[in-house]
Amino acid sequence: MGSTTLKTLLMATSILATAGFAHAADTTLTIESWRTDDLAIWQEKLIPAFEAKNPGIKVKFAPTPPTEYDAALGARFDAGSAGDIITCRPFDKSLEQFKRGNLTSLNDLPGMKNFSDVAKAAWTTDDGKDTFCVPMASVIHGFIYNKDAFEKLGIAIPTTEAEFFAALDKIKADGTYIPMAMGTKDLWEAATMGYQNIGPTYWKGEEGRAKLIKGEAKLTDPEWVEPYKVLLKWKDYLGDGFEAQTYPDSQNLFTLGRAAIYPAGSWEIGLFNTQAQFKMGAFPPPVKNAGDACYISDHNDIGAGLNAKSAHPEEAKKFLEWVASPEFADIYANALPGFFSLNSTPVKMADPLAQEFVSWREKCKPTIRSTYQILARGTPNLENETWVESANVINGTDTPEAAAKKLQDGLDSWYKPAK
Amino acid sequence: MATVAEVSIDRGEDKRQRRWHILVFLLPALLVYTAVMILPLIETLRLSLFNVKDGQSAFVGFGNFQVLFGDPRWAASFWNALGNNFIFFLIHMLVQNPIGVALAALLSVPKLRFGAFYRTAMFLPTLLSFVIVGFIWKLILSPIWGVSPYLLDLVGLKSLFSPWLGKPDTALIAVSLISVWQYVGIPMMLIYAAMLNIPDEVLEAAECDGVTGWSQFWKIKLPLILPSIGIISILTFVGNFNAFDLIYTVQGALAGPDGSTDILGTLLYRTFFGFQLQIGDKSMGATIATVMFLIILSGVCLYLFAIQRRMRRYQF
Repeated sequence: MGSTTLKTLLMATSILATAGFAHAADTTLTIESWRTDDLAIWQEKLIPAFEAKNPGIKVKFAPTPPTEYDAALGARFDAGSAGDIITCRPFDKSLEQFKRGNLTSLNDLPGMKNFSDVAKAAWTTDDGKDTFCVPMASVIHGFIYNKDAFEKLGIAIPTTEAEFFAALDKIKADGTYIPMAMGTKDLWEAATMGYQNIGPTYWKGEEGRAKLIKGEAKLTDPEWVEPYKVLLKWKDYLGDGFEAQTYPDSQNLFTLGRAAIYPAGSWEIGLFNTQAQFKMGAFPPPVKNAGDACYISDHNDIGAGLNAKSAHPEEAKKFLEWVASPEFADIYANALPGFFSLNSTPVKMADPLAQEFVSWREKCKPTIRSTYQILARGTPNLENETWVESANVINGTDTPEAAAKKLQDGLDSWYKPAK
Repeated sequence: MATVAEVSIDRGEDKRQRRWHILVFLLPALLVYTAVMILPLIETLRLSLFNVKDGQSAFVGFGNFQVLFGDPRWAASFWNALGNNFIFFLIHMLVQNPIGVALAALLSVPKLRFGAFYRTAMFLPTLLSFVIVGFIWKLILSPIWGVSPYLLDLVGLKSLFSPWLGKPDTALIAVSLISVWQYVGIPMMLIYAAMLNIPDEVLEAAECDGVTGWSQFWKIKLPLILPSIGIISILTFVGNFNAFDLIYTVQGALAGPDGSTDILGTLLYRTFFGFQLQIGDKSMGATIATVMFLIILSGVCLYLFAIQRRMRRYQF
């Protein structure tokens, strides 16, 4: 072989296409959100309503799928490309963004006075000094039931724990319906629809939650273990193979009319209205003894904040002011039945099921989920552990006492309440 | 996975020139591999030695490893994940690979009709996305809509059915078997190729000596495909200890019930990226990733140095 000198020149040509931006005279505000489901509502109802009143400001709703939202938003903040308006997750995720300087304090926004402190709690610093998101919506827990089934079996709406189990017994004895549609496969159903749904009745809502945060109460105390004992009793009323029943399974069992009671969050209302072919009603978590005060979980879910690096802070504040207004509350709550406005001005809702849920605010004391504020900060994470243990209790893997002990031990390992 | 390329150098030349073109040709691949594999790996290893202290990233030496193995909670979840991972691997070795070998042996039977069809059909699940596989099997095994309780009911064996994916003592086995179903095509194809490589003369000679049927498989074919089985074992090992996707789709990131299907991949995911209210911990995540890397590395080394060197190869 002769010695050949090989000279290979590989040319790679890359064309950098620069997108030409057509700058209109209007200012465009971009909204970051995980609520992909709400795209149509924003485009058809909310944005036109705002733009009609605020000429010169255009709004673009740019959602990211929920599972990717937090990571994508973090990356966009780092890159400086995040939108002007940020849809806020409740509690620590948004608090972290505020601490990093990505969200602006909204204390001086006049519309903030439209919200109660409980409503603002999810987006306020621990010391209560700064609020950084306008509360948009909350979800309420309770039970949705099949009205036709209740009428057929002659069951009245249960108000106490005893009546509740009597109703379940009756449905079970009849055999037409699965008494309750809930599974433990996805874990969170047992925790969110189970424990956090009925729990506030036993730990007395905000009172118990505050004690837990202060360290005056422990998860092993009777008022925190009792919901687990009640949850354990649910086991007999769940469908066959509930251990492998997923969340969509539960939804379908109920909307197909195969189950009579669905431990619910109000976010289901929209979907159930379109899918269920029977009349539905709702009742709040039953109290222990007749005449006891009732408690509901009215959990802050969505807020709206201002990107600290927004190029149009003035316009963005105008928009947030509008989000804080009763007008927004009215459009939003009616377009999305089940996501209730946190605005102090009551919103009249056309949807009867949603109206039923929100009416409990008047007679029951609202609280938020016990594991969300402050207590979900460390490792192991109390909320995630609660998922696992709630499913364990119903599956019979752990007794209520053992589950409570595991949770408390986990919490003790990192949480030192301020004395 | 390591690919070893042996380059034989032609020594017959009088005057040896520096062959720059080799470097030039290697460079693009090397650059890409460095950028997407080697640098992130080094960065992960580096990150495992750092942690956040007072809001600042600080060097902590092996502090993260001390936490992972010393803290009772971290250690419990780590050993749980590692144990489950070994069970996951064991089921693959005991079920997937023997079935793969058996299918390959059946496919290489010369008289088999529709061989190409079977081959494609059995390889097809491997080509499916794990999302589809996970979803299909969740439905098949669903106690409410699933075909498995229905089919068992048809033959009067409904009592055998239980919600396998939802019970702590069966979930891991069920998920492992789904994974076996999906990936059984890979050992099958590799062994099939190895069997096709066995020259007919060898088999004919064996037949002349009266070695036929089963004893032909055990005495002639199996020793000849042993190197392929070795490769499959190491591929299975690496694949299983890096596994994450199927468990994530079937059982979710918490790998329930009660952490019974949690393997290293899901533990890493939860730790690094966080889950729900749990905020991701990059340092501890990198620490787990490093431990995973070391486990896989030691497994591969054990195979390369202890087993592959002793393996007898036959040249025809």
